Amino acid sequence: MRHVFLDHQSATPVLPEVFDAMRPYFTEYFGNASSLHQHGLRVRDALKRARQQMAALIGADSDEEIFFTSDGTESANLAIKGAAYANERKGKHLVISATEHPSVMNSVEFLEKQGWTCTRVGVDPQGRLRLDELEAAITPQTVLVSVHHVNHDIGTIQPMREVGRICAARNVPLYVDCEASAGWLPIDVKEWGAAMVSFSPHRFYGPKGVGVLYRNRKARIVSVIHGGVQEGGRRAGTENIPAIVGGGLAAEIARERLSGRIAHVAPLQKRLWEGLRAAVPYIQLNGPEPGPDRIATNLNLSTEFIEGEGQLLLCDMNGIAVASGSSCVSKSLKISHVLGAIGLDHALAQGNIIMTLGEGNTEADVDYVVETFAKIVARLRGMSPMWDEFERGVIDSVIAPTGRGKSFSQHAADVSGKPVH
Amino acid sequence: MSETYTLYNSTVMEHFMNPRNMGDLKDADGVGEVGAAACGDIMKISLKIKDGRIEDARFKTFGCGSAIASSSMATELIKGRTIDEAMAFSNQEVVDALGGLPPVKIHCSVLAEEALKAALEDYVKRHPAAAAPSPVGSPIAG
Repeated sequence: MRHVFLDHQSATPVLPEVFDAMRPYFTEYFGNASSLHQHGLRVRDALKRARQQMAALIGADSDEEIFFTSDGTESANLAIKGAAYANERKGKHLVISATEHPSVMNSVEFLEKQGWTCTRVGVDPQGRLRLDELEAAITPQTVLVSVHHVNHDIGTIQPMREVGRICAARNVPLYVDCEASAGWLPIDVKEWGAAMVSFSPHRFYGPKGVGVLYRNRKARIVSVIHGGVQEGGRRAGTENIPAIVGGGLAAEIARERLSGRIAHVAPLQKRLWEGLRAAVPYIQLNGPEPGPDRIATNLNLSTEFIEGEGQLLLCDMNGIAVASGSSCVSKSLKISHVLGAIGLDHALAQGNIIMTLGEGNTEADVDYVVETFAKIVARLRGMSPMWDEFERGVIDSVIAPTGRGKSFSQHAADVSGKPVH
Repeated sequence: MSETYTLYNSTVMEHFMNPRNMGDLKDADGVGEVGAAACGDIMKISLKIKDGRIEDARFKTFGCGSAIASSSMATELIKGRTIDEAMAFSNQEVVDALGGLPPVKIHCSVLAEEALKAALEDYVKRHPAAAAPSPVGSPIAG
């Protein structure tokens, strides 16, 4: 059976040269960067080099603006809470986009319980931030604006230059979560005027266990993890040296290969979507069409009349690794908040699958996925009462309405006795 | 990859991959379709009932792997039961027969119980006489 990994948004394999670079830092160069002897000083050097590699990937001026954390979630926590606490006296208002990653959303919810307020700026049906709403949301009490570069679910690229301009005009620091874009899109922190930027090397062939937070020297943050004075006092705890070394090299390689990687995945993305659109009736792409508004790695699909987890399981049983934003996949039984924010019909959110490409994928992989996915859809539709009811005209399609029958949501509400969320 | 890891236990996976009694019944005596407001899943069970017993059962499910496996198992379990026995059917039987479900997926088995009972209610509505001889009171109470 062919194995096709289409979940590069969750993880990527560590490059062999990255792994080789990491190895001695487990065994030979095992020192702690806080130590003052040779063993400590050696790894301190390695840390500095990794900071320079990270800074270069995002166009930062200095390695002193790079902080290492344990992953992207911790970086987001530090950015949001660290800036909120540091600027408490100026104001207690935050502005975020409605489609931020849970690490941002839930950090903000935590602060809201402590008296901060937050305005969540809406997005259009393609997931693009409503800039007029952003502008209106900023008040004299706003201490931070948080907008991600690329959405983790639907791949929408946000107009960061405009967002940066609005924040600069109002003199409010901007934090940009680049978790879904670093290594796959050019990033220039100075062009955006970003106060903070975060990303993780495990999205671009580096190891897990290290996150990066860029912080412009003018931006104020306080530590949210307390202990020693590692990372300039901004993040206590022993640095994960092997992962930082590997992450730094992965960042350097990502910078070198950036255009090559995009040139590899963009045609595959197009081939995959065009293949699926032709092979599967009643399928829809969520987010912008492949092109300048969408990252070249991501496809977010809704297939009507079937549910996402079943699709995911059957893909997996056929060697294809994918993700889903369906409520059945989430532990909270809620659809992805991103799909909710773009106003996706519940019926389509239920049938959601996310495919993210990487440099290891080939045209033959894509063709196998198209062929296999069409079979999976046919099989699940054969089991679905909704497909049967659509064919009999009891319910209608959302994607291509026939004018016959009631909506899926109405039908679901009728048979469950109450409206589905 | 030499080993295969699965999200659910092997019984659940087996019922998901090879569901029993999937489909509709021509001339069904009772059909129940229910939805779970919590997650949006929808399940439909059709019954053929003869001499007060469930002679045949079929399901169709819009839902996750455990919802499909739950409906497959439920239709297996209830075949041959009397209407009264089927009215006393509990989702726990499905959970036990499947060798357990993750806590967040227990509601899938509840949906199977509800679909079965909706189908029985539909049968009783269509055949009021069939329910009358029951010594255990109204079967609709389930």
